[in-house]
Amino acid sequence: MKKEKIKELIEDPNLGMTLIVKTVARITIALILLYGFYIIIYGHLTPGGGFAGGVILAIAYTLMMLAFSRRIALVKLSDFWASIWDNIGMLAFIVIGFVGLGFGYFLFNFLSKGKPFSLISAGIIPLLNLSIGIKIGAALYAIFIGLSIYGRLVLEEEE
Amino acid sequence: MLEIILIFIIVGTVIAIETRNMLSSVIAVGAVGFGVSLMFLFLQAPDIAITQVIVEILSLIILIRTTTYADNEAIEKRLDTFANMTGLIFLGLFLAFCYWAFSDLTSFGQPLMNVSQYYLSAGLTDTGAANIVAAVILDYRAYDTLGEAIVIFTSILGAFVLLRTKGKKKTEEKDIEKVGIPE
Repeated sequence: MKKEKIKELIEDPNLGMTLIVKTVARITIALILLYGFYIIIYGHLTPGGGFAGGVILAIAYTLMMLAFSRRIALVKLSDFWASIWDNIGMLAFIVIGFVGLGFGYFLFNFLSKGKPFSLISAGIIPLLNLSIGIKIGAALYAIFIGLSIYGRLVLEEEE
Repeated sequence: MLEIILIFIIVGTVIAIETRNMLSSVIAVGAVGFGVSLMFLFLQAPDIAITQVIVEILSLIILIRTTTYADNEAIEKRLDTFANMTGLIFLGLFLAFCYWAFSDLTSFGQPLMNVSQYYLSAGLTDTGAANIVAAVILDYRAYDTLGEAIVIFTSILGAFVLLRTKGKKKTEEKDIEKVGIPE
């Protein structure tokens, strides 16, 4: 149901930009998303981290919204679900902090440190990076979609 | 190298203020942002450089989207000679005192403070994170990061409350009278 609607909206020539932009965007969106998740997951080993990776995720969704149309962005990830993901990221950060309260103090690094320079190491730092990344990405996408659609929805309903 | 980037940033800022077309002003602001990120890269802070580039791109997209639909010409410029002269005099005084005060400072990055010495020597064994920036912002200073996340969360909440369409009351005549805003 949802997939058919997305396919129909993508192939509609009246929506979004030209065919060249759509074809390039279809390839690059996946690469940008991959790079964003790489920056988030390797945040404790290489430069980057939750904030930078989250903004890259938001940029990938923004590119989808500009190249195709804002209607397909609403079908893919609506403003309601974007704010839900924002809340989930914020809640995960605070829950990890409160779990640490049982071992010592608030935001205590309770997981094992692991071997340095390997992917699974540094205790709770990758988890906190992931929650911040999800939170920032969903929040900036929600701001962009809110600025873009909210005034126009009222006008379309009145017409 | 750093001086060239600084001069580039100053020239970009002056162009952004002085140009009449809004779109070229926005593009000049973007050039200033990329210059700032290059400067962070030369000061050996790649984390900040990545974040600066990406946030600059997103804000540039939003600014260009708004200025392409808006009225593109800047408003008429008014010159106030007295205010300009006073501002220039105080700026000159400020720069003179800066030259006098900053000549006593130590050179950049020297000497290391006690706390940063401890972070650099014991950060890997304490936290297990190879990236010392991640170790500081998410382990030693995790409270600070929690505060930043809450600030962003609250600002997003405020923006959604201002922008929302559902549940917003239509303005009636008595509201306009009560607040006192002309139409």
